[in-house]
Amino acid sequence: MAVQAITKKELTQRTAFSLLVLATAIVAIPVLFIIIYIVVNGAGAISWEFLTQPPSQAGKAGGIFPAIVGTFYLMLGTLIFSLPVGVFAGIYLTEYARDNWLTRLINMAILNLAGVPSIVYGLFGLGLFVLTMKFGMSLLSASLTLACQALAMTITTSREAIIAVPRDYREGSLAVGATKWQTIRHVVMPQALPGIITGAILAMSRAAGETAPILVVGAAFIVAGLPSSPFDQFMALPYHLYTTAAHVPGMPKTTIWGIALVLLVVVLSFNSLAVFIRVRVRQRRFGS
Amino acid sequence: MLQRGASSATAHAGLAMSLKRRWRFREKAIESFIFLNGLLAVIILLGVLFLLLREGLPAFAYTSPLKFFFGTQWYPVSEPPTFGMLSFFAATLWVTLISTAVAVPIGVGCAAYLAEVAPSRVRETVKPVVELLAGIPSVVMGFIGLMLLSPLVQSAFNLNTGLSGLTAAIMLSMMSLPIIVSVSEDALRAVPNEFREASYALGATKWETIRHVCIPGALSGITAAIMLGVGRAIGETMTVLMVAGGALAVPLSPTEPMMPMTAAIASGIGNAVRGGLQYQALFAIGLILFLMTLSVNLIADRVLERQKQKFAR
Repeated sequence: MAVQAITKKELTQRTAFSLLVLATAIVAIPVLFIIIYIVVNGAGAISWEFLTQPPSQAGKAGGIFPAIVGTFYLMLGTLIFSLPVGVFAGIYLTEYARDNWLTRLINMAILNLAGVPSIVYGLFGLGLFVLTMKFGMSLLSASLTLACQALAMTITTSREAIIAVPRDYREGSLAVGATKWQTIRHVVMPQALPGIITGAILAMSRAAGETAPILVVGAAFIVAGLPSSPFDQFMALPYHLYTTAAHVPGMPKTTIWGIALVLLVVVLSFNSLAVFIRVRVRQRRFGS
Repeated sequence: MLQRGASSATAHAGLAMSLKRRWRFREKAIESFIFLNGLLAVIILLGVLFLLLREGLPAFAYTSPLKFFFGTQWYPVSEPPTFGMLSFFAATLWVTLISTAVAVPIGVGCAAYLAEVAPSRVRETVKPVVELLAGIPSVVMGFIGLMLLSPLVQSAFNLNTGLSGLTAAIMLSMMSLPIIVSVSEDALRAVPNEFREASYALGATKWETIRHVCIPGALSGITAAIMLGVGRAIGETMTVLMVAGGALAVPLSPTEPMMPMTAAIASGIGNAVRGGLQYQALFAIGLILFLMTLSVNLIADRVLERQKQKFAR
């Protein structure tokens, strides 16, 4: 009887664990499948011409060079507008903020900023940057919009990086007579830098893949030439993928897969770079 | 000796004072500048709300809020235009409910495996894959849904088109998995080891411990994970725009083509005249969407806070 009870328990446990393994497989396998599928189908489209030429025949021929350039501009713009603010906000929250209602409000705002739907950021950018501030449908409007969206991430990662700097460093610096700002500037910041860079790279990678906001504030399907000023309209990889996949009849399939592949490579290589830096920093700090 | 030190100190006192004052001024200036940056998150969040109210509220002067929300006709360019968003809301509801129903058991199961059962080697392999999934842009997921999933759904359910709420929901469930897995896993890891040991000491198996000790202990964290996943699904735009089908009728079954709120905004805003009725109506949908995700996130935040306090020592 006792033996039987144990085996029954054992059986339940085995069944349950296999279900858990199954769940994990359902999470992991499609991801790998999708990535491999895109690589296999898109590889055929990749050529020197595809990467360095502007599109012709309404995107059906030629390359996607302006879209690649546009995406890099967007990443850069997002970085410029969201990183400094994010770092200063991170400094405020770790070094200056007291534990009071205002700090709680700021933290709550950061959390909710991360949850605002991307299309709502698009509406915000349209209403504020495009129409009220009259930046028009432009690279500038899009960068500012994406920067607002990226802010939650740059603040959070900066804050984590600054918190991780040991207290002793600060106390040592203050003890030899440095002011609070001198301590932050010369002691805390250099230590937190790798973590902050990780966050910046992640924010850029996110900006590269974001489609809904730029759809509203300034991306265009085909633009002649590269943007020459921040007030120009621009092409971008995710928007190009969306339009060619959903709106251009008779678009060669290989080309669309190629665009998806290029976008995926840009986004995931930046992601991996961030992970790489994070792992390296952790190893250096705690020993490997 | 002592006296000399004291006199030199008085000699330098003036200079030291002025230097100190300048430093103090500098510190104050820097502090206020940094404070302003710290406040920016609040300013932007309020700015978003303000802008949505400013551009969206006028829509309710044309269509009463009740008619706007419960109306089933969305004809922005007919004469006179009618704005009823019920079909968009119903579509969002279908897609969110189904994607959550699919993602939660899988995500929590995966989290339980990673946190409680998996050998560290497996964990170290699976976690980066989950992170990879979080990194895939939503437009790429939409494209995959368009190319790979929709033909499957079409033939499996014998539909006229594979572009349906169900297709979108399946893609969305994949996209909300990373956050569900990582937040649930953190919650499970926060359950103190003494709980597990006490359970083993009472003769429980590992599975019984997970089921009756770990998961109940992490329940509020898991709830928060689910809420965050729901928030993600409500707000996701590109995937539903590309694969949900975009039909305007009120969807009665998940296999129908439909147009969730995000897709309605994204597909309409390009043609809307700035400041016109349609423009205002789309901002009004944006306002409702914003309030929906805000409340979901606030609940998640509250629940997560409770989880943190539970095991805080």
